[in-house]
Amino acid sequence: MEIPYTVKPRPDTGLYNAKLGIWLFLASEVMLFGGLFSSYILLRVGADLWPHGMLSIPIGTFNTFVLIASSVTVVMAWANLKLGNPGKFKFYMAITILCALGFLSVKSYEYYVKFTHYDVWFKDDATAEKYFKAAYGEKGPEEVRELFVDRFHLHNTNAKYDPAQIQLVGHIAGNPLCTNLKKLLAAKQETIKFTADPPKGSHEHPHEIEVKLSDVQRLSAYVPAHSTFFAIYFTITALHGLHVLGGALVLAYFLFTVDKWWKKAPEQFTNRIEVGGLFWHFVDLVWIFLFPIIYLL
Amino acid sequence: MSHDHSHSHGPGEACAHDHGHDDHNSPEYIQKTIKKYLMVGGILFGGTVLTVLMYYVHIPSVAITIAVALLIASVKAGFVAGVFMHLSDERKMIYGVLLCTVFFLIGLMALTIWAMHDQPFQTMIGGKPA
Repeated sequence: MEIPYTVKPRPDTGLYNAKLGIWLFLASEVMLFGGLFSSYILLRVGADLWPHGMLSIPIGTFNTFVLIASSVTVVMAWANLKLGNPGKFKFYMAITILCALGFLSVKSYEYYVKFTHYDVWFKDDATAEKYFKAAYGEKGPEEVRELFVDRFHLHNTNAKYDPAQIQLVGHIAGNPLCTNLKKLLAAKQETIKFTADPPKGSHEHPHEIEVKLSDVQRLSAYVPAHSTFFAIYFTITALHGLHVLGGALVLAYFLFTVDKWWKKAPEQFTNRIEVGGLFWHFVDLVWIFLFPIIYLL
Repeated sequence: MSHDHSHSHGPGEACAHDHGHDDHNSPEYIQKTIKKYLMVGGILFGGTVLTVLMYYVHIPSVAITIAVALLIASVKAGFVAGVFMHLSDERKMIYGVLLCTVFFLIGLMALTIWAMHDQPFQTMIGGKPA
């Protein structure tokens, strides 16, 4: 069955139907992301402590450049179809899809780094102090406190310094993905080998220490369950990532079927590219706000 | 918006309501817009660099830091919506749809901010005031 497609604008709306359709869809998307942004504001303002510098700014900046570049190339692809040049369309659309894949690869790498980075909370202050000294030497408690103050920008806010919240930050030997205390104990593990992060102002990792799991209160990778910050970070960026993936699949379909469509219905195809492009620009637009809000502020 | 034009004609096809100067399908017009797209791409790259540089410039006021970051993001978003998504020159129907969206989005954010100020003054724990 052939679905009828009107290329000409309707006299009442002045638009071809697909264009009105995509704008109605984008309006609903604004509300979807708007709901999540407002949740972010509410969670952040309501939080006693909010971490800073948990995400890599160079990586985030690189991904912003990649998405902006893809927005330029997708509109160039459309403009070249308008000029009747499907060859150049293919070139620009291929770059757009490469950018989308690049963005998703970098995002996956970012997620992987978070899923293998751990915070360890100890059962009491004395035990914690013992491990801080084992990791960083005699000045251990002070080094760990420095990292804590830095993470929560305590020098900038009125939040109180809370010793019960201080944790050892670093990597478990073998880089296990998304493990936690329950899983480790279920696997009959009694100790872990742990390399703490470098102290503030240094890039050198301290030597590996052995941590008894019986001393540990909580152990968590940077997964959504870690904290409110990571819960909202993963929710918003994963939803955005799914949009990038969905958009890339549709644009890739256009790229691979251009020859057939260009012969059969060039106007309809050009309209489809415009509609696909509008969605793609929206995905870029969401990231333009996400990047400063989550990475920088 | 009142002039009668369309983005939606096929390649090389003459505009049904050709006003000459605003024929959005003529190769000359498209060539001109291509230059505009590249320029906006450059502005967006510059805006991103500026946003990141602002992060390293320490502004004592948190409110100003947030305002500046959101202002730069809004300007960038304005260019994407206005030029790439052709909103600077679109049909009334789309403006109507977006007006509704903006109304509800403002409502959503306003309710959020209202909720933040609407805190209970006496918290109850286990049926007794905490």
